[in-house]
Amino acid sequence: MSHEHVSNTGRIWKVFGILSAVTIVEVYLGILKPDFLFMNDFLSMNLLNWIFYILTIFKAYYIVWAFMHIEGEKSSLRSAVVFPVIFLILYLLFILLTEGNYVYEVFKNSTIKWNF
Amino acid sequence: MEATVTTANSEEKTWGGGNEPMGASYGKLMMWFFIVSDALTFSGFLAAYGFSRFKFIETWPLADEVFTHFPFMHGVSAPMYYVALMTFILIFSSVTMVLAVDAGHQMKKNKVVLYMFLTIIGGLIFVGSQAWEWKNFIKGEYGAIETKGGSLLQFVDKDGKRVALAEFAATLPEDREQLTRSKGKWFMDEPSLPTYSVAEVQAGFKAHPELLIRTEVITNEKQKTILSRQESELRLSQASYVVEGANLQRNEYGSKLFADFFFFITGFHGFHVFSGVIINIIIFFNVLIGTYEKRGSYEMVEKVGLYWHFVDLVWVFVFTVFYLV
Repeated sequence: MSHEHVSNTGRIWKVFGILSAVTIVEVYLGILKPDFLFMNDFLSMNLLNWIFYILTIFKAYYIVWAFMHIEGEKSSLRSAVVFPVIFLILYLLFILLTEGNYVYEVFKNSTIKWNF
Repeated sequence: MEATVTTANSEEKTWGGGNEPMGASYGKLMMWFFIVSDALTFSGFLAAYGFSRFKFIETWPLADEVFTHFPFMHGVSAPMYYVALMTFILIFSSVTMVLAVDAGHQMKKNKVVLYMFLTIIGGLIFVGSQAWEWKNFIKGEYGAIETKGGSLLQFVDKDGKRVALAEFAATLPEDREQLTRSKGKWFMDEPSLPTYSVAEVQAGFKAHPELLIRTEVITNEKQKTILSRQESELRLSQASYVVEGANLQRNEYGSKLFADFFFFITGFHGFHVFSGVIINIIIFFNVLIGTYEKRGSYEMVEKVGLYWHFVDLVWVFVFTVFYLV
């Protein structure tokens, strides 16, 4: 209720422009798959996928900050929402992806043939 | 916490009740915390997808070979374009939603009505597109063979282009009827039979020496492995099942888990969009009959807007994880 009741349609359209541009870049890269990005790995993921994930988080930032207007909330609410999500997701991803990779290596290096 | 006070009313204790310590009403605060929990649910699903993908990293299907359809363009391989369009529709409906919230702050009822209406239309188009996408996914395009060991074989010609079962499968004088409840002796039935039997596919393959088999294994060039003719014949002799399209047991695209996760995650997201549309319609009619005009605040529109943006947010991640990476 304490928000300033000014219209910010200008910012809304600007954010829409940013989100559209990022999506177009993503689709363009996804169709072309340039070799210098697709074939080069950084931390066991190819550069193209790094770009996709970074752009996704970039889009997510704009959706949450501008559209959901968390930028206008009190910092206590902002922290209560954003930090648990970021921390728990990173933790979850770390655990599950490490374990998934471990299971892959077990399949690959064991004497059991599983895909034939 | 006794010492912490808000600037709004410094006389009272912040957490002592009758106050909004986070500067948001109860309903809005709870919508935020619901979104936090729902975000964690979705990340659980997506992380589980990542787990399975890492587990089968060498044999996972390539997304741009799976989703290649565009409406009214038959036989044209158009990877990504359709989902890109869906993404735009959802982002745009998010824009109209935030414009409705903005108009609500200024108490402009007619503008709220217009933008809410556009949001609902956008949501419906998205759900419809999702249904079309599912239809293509379930129907399949080429068909494949499952071996006794459970791996999947697809058919390609000399140039590596995919060939559908219908283009080469022989017609043998055999006829197997589907076992239904009405014909079974005791609660017995089976799912509908594939169009071709394993023997028909094998005979057709023998009659077309230009055909080769493509396995699930991804090479160093990040393409699927194509076997030589001899290896192909050997692999095909181990065939046990004809796979057409996708269901929860098997799919013609590759790893069985791929279709399961696709159905589950996009289905769960589609369900969110659908319920979002329903909630939007309820709020739309409330705006129309002037409920919030009388209340003097359009905060309800803001709350449903938060949910709607969240649905868009989830789609951004689903789009990346399923279609791009």
